[in-house]
Amino acid sequence: MIEKWIETFLLASALVCALCVMAVFGFLVYFSLPLFLDAGGLAGIFSCIWKPFMGRYGILSMAAGTFCLALPALFIAYPLAIGVSCFAHGLAPPGIAKPVLAIVYFMTSIPTVIYGFVSVFILVPLFRHSFDYGTGFCLMAAAITLAILIVPTIVIALEADLGRKSDEVGMAARSLGLTHAQELLWVLLPCSGRGLVIAAILGFGRAVGDTLVALMVAGNATVIPHSLLDSIRTLTAHIALVVATDSQDQAYYSIFAAGLLLFLIMAGLTAIIRYLGGWVSRERGGTGRAV
Amino acid sequence: MSYALFFGDTPWLAALTGSQPVFDGIYPAIAGTLILIVCSSLIAIPLGVSCGIYLAEYAQGRLKSFFSSMVDLLSGMPSIVMGLFGFALILFLRRTLFCNANTSLLLSSACIALLILPYLIRTTQLALEGLPDSVRLVGPSLGFTRWQNILHVLLPASGTAVFSGIVLSIGRAAEDTAVIMLTGVVANAGIPRGLSDKFEALPFTIFYLTAEHRNAFELQKAFGSALILLILTGTLFSLSFYIQRRLKHYWKNGTDHA
Repeated sequence: MIEKWIETFLLASALVCALCVMAVFGFLVYFSLPLFLDAGGLAGIFSCIWKPFMGRYGILSMAAGTFCLALPALFIAYPLAIGVSCFAHGLAPPGIAKPVLAIVYFMTSIPTVIYGFVSVFILVPLFRHSFDYGTGFCLMAAAITLAILIVPTIVIALEADLGRKSDEVGMAARSLGLTHAQELLWVLLPCSGRGLVIAAILGFGRAVGDTLVALMVAGNATVIPHSLLDSIRTLTAHIALVVATDSQDQAYYSIFAAGLLLFLIMAGLTAIIRYLGGWVSRERGGTGRAV
Repeated sequence: MSYALFFGDTPWLAALTGSQPVFDGIYPAIAGTLILIVCSSLIAIPLGVSCGIYLAEYAQGRLKSFFSSMVDLLSGMPSIVMGLFGFALILFLRRTLFCNANTSLLLSSACIALLILPYLIRTTQLALEGLPDSVRLVGPSLGFTRWQNILHVLLPASGTAVFSGIVLSIGRAAEDTAVIMLTGVVANAGIPRGLSDKFEALPFTIFYLTAEHRNAFELQKAFGSALILLILTGTLFSLSFYIQRRLKHYWKNGTDHA
């Protein structure tokens, strides 16, 4: 009898979690619904002009900002992360690999607000003084900060994959007389193509979803950027800014549309990762598998 | 780092007991963050752990893959979307049932709980699924029922792994800024008197003071808050890391456990 009750209770808690996810989606749709029903609303949202005082609430320039920020961040972080993983996985002198990995793991525990904080006091003045352009709050500074933020995400995903592949084929590679470098370059990396893609998507997702770095460092101008020194605003920062400034009703609809867009992007990335056979939550969940 | 940085002009004993409000120190922010952590853990830990147990031990087939895709979706959500959800919830409540609903500590805790839920679920699930068969079969061989086996054998054996997941997610609850920014944190609130109060928190203090510091003292406050937050999350992380290391060691060297 009690067995049955407990199973029901556990099922109920799982249902609550699933319901929460659906509720998030439901609320975002519910609140951005007026835009979809109103013919002019949709076109208004999908435009590049954000001028709340003139009734123009386009979020496309923010969407562009999100991608213009996340892609350079990934371009900086990805080679760096591959380098770190390869270094920790065979190229490092004995006794160095573990501390390096420990530092990378530790980086995941540093709050994003602190990355932003440090960047505001170091990178932004640097950019302000070295280039005779703008205030220093720019795409480039934010991309570099974000790159540092997502390196551990990518490294951890790659590490897990390389470790598994190394267990499978490492012995065979070594028996052929390959050195560590040759083994990495010709066997392990080609073997883990899928893992490389998953790691890149995880890093990209984290860059898209991050709010604080973009909000603090990128400058928040609502234009489509033309150079790396331009100031940009991302979807995430846009939501935070509009809620903080208490604008009119129409502006609120636009942030729910932005939220919905973010939700769909992340859901798409999650779907790709699941299709490729990875787990999103492994990114930070730690090494729960004990054996 | 000085005394005034924490408590301003208020005597520390009076500040700690709450008999006098603290105006310009970071103590209210520290207290706010700690209260937030406790409240969100109270919501998230029971829910997350039981959901993880269900996923590992009971769910099968399509139901399992449905729940696990939901958990994946939840863990991929940007924190600002969680915050937006909380904000939408308040707008919704205002329109329907309670017209004076407002953003508050309770709402923030609930949204933070939602944010850390996937980490709790996954670590619990992985900890249970990772147990070797030698442990897993002890219960049934003694005639235990499924739940007795979970309660008396599997959970104690995976307890430390679950605990390290809990510690990790507490660190995550402490650091997140985007969620609380939309659901009730303010720059100056003092210590919250109840769940429906606004509150201060360390990450938001850092963010706010970075953007709007007016003098050297406020800048110092920002640096102080950053340092304390870093120490807090760093300690939690190291604790969790240490537990996991110990655990790996344990399973490798002590296979005749159980």
